[in-house]
Amino acid sequence: MPEPTPSPLGTAAPTAATPVGRTKRSSYPIEHFVADVDETPVRATDSTVSDAAPRSLWGEAWRSLRKQPLFIISAILILAVIFVALFPGLFTNEPPNENCLLENSDGGPAPGHPLGFTVQGCDILSRVVHGTQSSLTVGLFATLGVVLIGGLIGALAGFFGGWVDAVLARIGDIFFALPLILGAIVVVQLPVFQQNRNVWTLVVILVTFGWPQIARITRAAVIEVRNADFVTAARSLGVSPLGALVKHVIPNALAPVIVIATISLGTFIVAESTLSFLGIGLPPDVMSWGNDIFSAKPSLRSNPMAIFWPGLALSITVLSFIMLGDALRDALDPKARKR
Amino acid sequence: MSSSISSGGGRRAARNDTPARAASGGVQPLLELRDLAITFSTANGDVPAVRNAHLTVMPGETVAIVGESGSGKSTTALAAIGLLPANGRVSNGSIIFDGEDITSASEKRIIELRGSSIGMVPQDPMSNLNPVWKIGFQVKETLRANGLPSGPQDVAKVLSEAGLPDAASRANQYPHEFSGGMRQRALIAIGLSCRPRLLIADEPTSALDVTVQRQILDHLDTMTEELGTAVLLITHDLGLAAERAHKVIVMYKGQVVEAGPALELLTNPRHPYTQKLVASAPSIASRRIESAKKAGVATDDLLAPAAARGPSLDKVIEVEDLTKVFKIRGNWGRSTDFTAVDKVSFSIARGTTTAVVGESGSGKSTVAKMVLGLEGATSGSIKFDGVDITTLGRKEMFDFRRRVQPIFQDPYGSLDPMYNIYRTIEEPLRVHGIGDAKSREKKVRELLDQVALPSSMMQRFPNELSGGQRQRVAIARALALDPEVVICDEAVSALDVLVQAQILNLLADLQADLGLSYLFITHDLAVVRQIADHVAVMEKGRLVEQGTTDEVFDNPRTAYTQALLAAIPGAGLVLPPEVA
Amino acid sequence: MVWYIVRRFLQLIPVFLGATLLVYFLVFSLPGDATAAICGERGCTPAVVAGLREQYNLDQPFWIQYLLYLKGVLTFDLGTNFSGRPIATIIAEVFPTTAKLAIMALVIEAVFGIVFGLIAGLRKGRIFDSSVLVLSLIVIAVPIFVLGFLMQFLIGVKLQWTNPTVSGDATFTELLLPAVVLGLVSFAYVLRLTRTSIIENVNADYVRTATAKGLSHRRVVVVHVLRNSLIPVVTFLGADLGALMGGAIVTEGIFNVNGVGNTLYRAVLNGDGPMVVSIVTFLILIFCLANLLVDLLYAWLDPRIRYA
Repeated sequence: MPEPTPSPLGTAAPTAATPVGRTKRSSYPIEHFVADVDETPVRATDSTVSDAAPRSLWGEAWRSLRKQPLFIISAILILAVIFVALFPGLFTNEPPNENCLLENSDGGPAPGHPLGFTVQGCDILSRVVHGTQSSLTVGLFATLGVVLIGGLIGALAGFFGGWVDAVLARIGDIFFALPLILGAIVVVQLPVFQQNRNVWTLVVILVTFGWPQIARITRAAVIEVRNADFVTAARSLGVSPLGALVKHVIPNALAPVIVIATISLGTFIVAESTLSFLGIGLPPDVMSWGNDIFSAKPSLRSNPMAIFWPGLALSITVLSFIMLGDALRDALDPKARKR
Repeated sequence: MSSSISSGGGRRAARNDTPARAASGGVQPLLELRDLAITFSTANGDVPAVRNAHLTVMPGETVAIVGESGSGKSTTALAAIGLLPANGRVSNGSIIFDGEDITSASEKRIIELRGSSIGMVPQDPMSNLNPVWKIGFQVKETLRANGLPSGPQDVAKVLSEAGLPDAASRANQYPHEFSGGMRQRALIAIGLSCRPRLLIADEPTSALDVTVQRQILDHLDTMTEELGTAVLLITHDLGLAAERAHKVIVMYKGQVVEAGPALELLTNPRHPYTQKLVASAPSIASRRIESAKKAGVATDDLLAPAAARGPSLDKVIEVEDLTKVFKIRGNWGRSTDFTAVDKVSFSIARGTTTAVVGESGSGKSTVAKMVLGLEGATSGSIKFDGVDITTLGRKEMFDFRRRVQPIFQDPYGSLDPMYNIYRTIEEPLRVHGIGDAKSREKKVRELLDQVALPSSMMQRFPNELSGGQRQRVAIARALALDPEVVICDEAVSALDVLVQAQILNLLADLQADLGLSYLFITHDLAVVRQIADHVAVMEKGRLVEQGTTDEVFDNPRTAYTQALLAAIPGAGLVLPPEVA
Repeated sequence: MVWYIVRRFLQLIPVFLGATLLVYFLVFSLPGDATAAICGERGCTPAVVAGLREQYNLDQPFWIQYLLYLKGVLTFDLGTNFSGRPIATIIAEVFPTTAKLAIMALVIEAVFGIVFGLIAGLRKGRIFDSSVLVLSLIVIAVPIFVLGFLMQFLIGVKLQWTNPTVSGDATFTELLLPAVVLGLVSFAYVLRLTRTSIIENVNADYVRTATAKGLSHRRVVVVHVLRNSLIPVVTFLGADLGALMGGAIVTEGIFNVNGVGNTLYRAVLNGDGPMVVSIVTFLILIFCLANLLVDLLYAWLDPRIRYA
């Protein structure tokens, strides 16, 4: 039991106006327990500074990223694919289009031709290696295009709201009603494009029908950041609306856009190959995995390997971008970032 | 023992006087935690959340666990009902409920105990009801799971017991059709529906407005008393704990540092942490100021220091008939007007603090936004040194911004996570083109020094700082432009009690040193009592009462202000002024 | 509720008009002879060109052209295709097969996606979860035509469990393999969506409260976790129904299914412009209806929307 304390009312007797004390009294004896102060030291209020080096958010994301097996695998794969696309000559000595002998048509593996031959009698390995470039170029530039256009439209819609948002959102909805492949089919068969079929026109088509997704993601991310107190604080410092958008809102809204952009890089590579596979993508003289799958289609039963190898290369490339996107999502997750 | 308690708690007197009960030394505790340790496994290894915790709850007794965030108070309570998060486990000790060790009980046995023997009222009424099921359904399944009759009339009975009017038809509504207070009543109904012997109430009202909070706690008190339910109340508010509980347990960094009868702990805190808590808790401090004034004791040392307390005629801000009307889009393209701020007039004398107090939806934050020039006024004027800022052009507005700066509530949201501390504080200087890189750095160092942060912190990022430190950085940024007025929008509401006290002191010191004027927007009257010179009370967009802090607290003229004052947790406590 | 449906319906009208206008604009207003666009690479005889100019009112101003076209769409008079058959009849002929295929795919992806996603979500971080996640990534990454050919080759040609191609009757058993291929990618998305949603909801406050009420584990999972987690999943499935009906071009091509997608593909290859425009318009309509369906499902599942 504690020492009896002096009556708290010792110095001031309650007047009539004093409310009656409302503390409850238990019917059971209650011990006054005090923990040993040595065992429960009171630390200085509110101190967290450690000696560790300062860590920015990107720094922290990078630290968690480089520990992830998913990231390591996908990063290595992507670097390898880029390397192959840049220096195809290092991986095969066979020229992809010459030396195609009809007598080799659909032939199996032979010395110097480890993966066998296509229906035209070309070396499969060489075609797969040389096809990397166009697939990657289309994917990369289409992604760049949608991030610029979709990102800009989404950011403006999200930040300014009101009628700007309403108009831009409706336009996005209209393009959304035409799925990527469907829209591309309509456009690709037009004479303008039939006469100018190449990597760049394909990029333009993919960007035209692909931007609404990034716009939606950016808009949502910007709206989330727009109302943050630090943006209000910047505005009350005298930063202009556009300044606040560029300096504070966009950098903080970037994470989900990066994630989706990485994944859509894979999606665009698939879209290119799907169109090529349908015979309406890249022209037949451009080497691409989709074109090779398209031309191997008729002899599927006799030579499935002619489809298998470009299909494998395509799948691995797309898989590595999707895995990278997944790994980035984990590292940049805004929920985990809060504290 | 009884001598240490001010006066017999009126409503409990009858029970206290029952001799058989009073002498019940042999009664078995309802809940007993012995040497409890709880560990969380995280990516960085095992983290102890609770160590050597021990507490007993006797049948029918209300026990409060008080602590700051991260003290382990909720974790301890959740362990008692077997609801630790998936990565948490009891690593030592035992939890004995009614003689039975729960830590070794089977999952099946724990499910049997939940609801019927141990009930729970959770913290946030907004997220604790499933949004896709009707209220009635959520009560009904509780009754059925515990083998009680669950017809519509049973559901209605349970709900009306918890003080929900018109229960039978309310049962057919969804949670989003309920107000926060009504949802909390539904949760209390669910928690008590199966007549548990122990109710775990985890901050049951901290998400609600103070007046609603008061009603709900009163009702909970009455119900548990009638049913003879023991309550384990988790709260961060020492005043609330002292007012509502027989026994108070103080937890700090996962350990129980002190436990005892509620008032005993307030009047005679022994552990240094409890002493700090008693000294800092706004509800206690404001109570003490009132007591001291009644006793005729000087209160200066209890109030935050300020430069000039004398009435100043120099008004830095004069707000007149300020009105803000929002258009709300309704069905079929109709839009209705919503008057968020309705003809509000007040003024701030230079070098003093004016508090605008109100509950959620009172329009107090809209007032702050308009005074900051972030939101246009529908009508009325805001005069700053005699110049109406509602009519300023772009250039004048830009210059005006140097003179009024805000500090916001959420220390996690008010700093850009991508900016390090140096860039954060330097930004206002850069935006206004003040000085060169070198002089700006000097100024940032000075500012950090003013808010008592080491200059080594300049290269750090907000995510590495605690809540209080972030709020200091936000203050430094607000001071960078040498403003005359600082608008604190709930600036300390999100902070733990001790940190809150530190920041309030810092603000007061800065006011004394720099002659700042504060517009303090808050829902917390206890804080107002400590720092404000002048108080304006807002209710539903209107200013219902204003005056000096003493006037408003001593002689509240409107019923609304009276209700607000009565709702401050611990308002019923009578405390000796000399306790500190 | 009524207001909500009406509003969603009204919002779809500008989308439908805008999308058809976009298609119409692309086909008839981009540089190049519009009739050449319709005729495709083959080119048309002058008589056909003249006929087309009249049929598509190409001598009229653009807006009149579009309005006349729209009138045709609304009265189900889609004109005739390259070989003179009424387009509406052709669509009516092939649509049932595509609808059957899409619904089968939808059922497959919904059932397997939700079940696998639920188990993975409840066992987050365990071996089942990790392997299902990797599997779903692979399914998403491997393009549908590679997957389609692989499965056609393995199951249809090597194992001979089913016919590698679908006959004109398009029976249930024949459509099973194409439906699996068609639904495979969406299956992976459904699985991942369900899993994420389950993980989020398992930690929701109201789930903890439900547990504290004394409900059994099974009841908490089914009534509180699963029910709430299905809201985004069902929304996705509704939108996917529209996508499956339009996106079956590749799958129908591989398995030679005589459906909308294949008809569209043949029209593209034949340069049958009127057919392409009409089918795309039809698919936009399907897309809009599917979106309306999603809105209804959403309102049915989430009372907060219903009374908004």
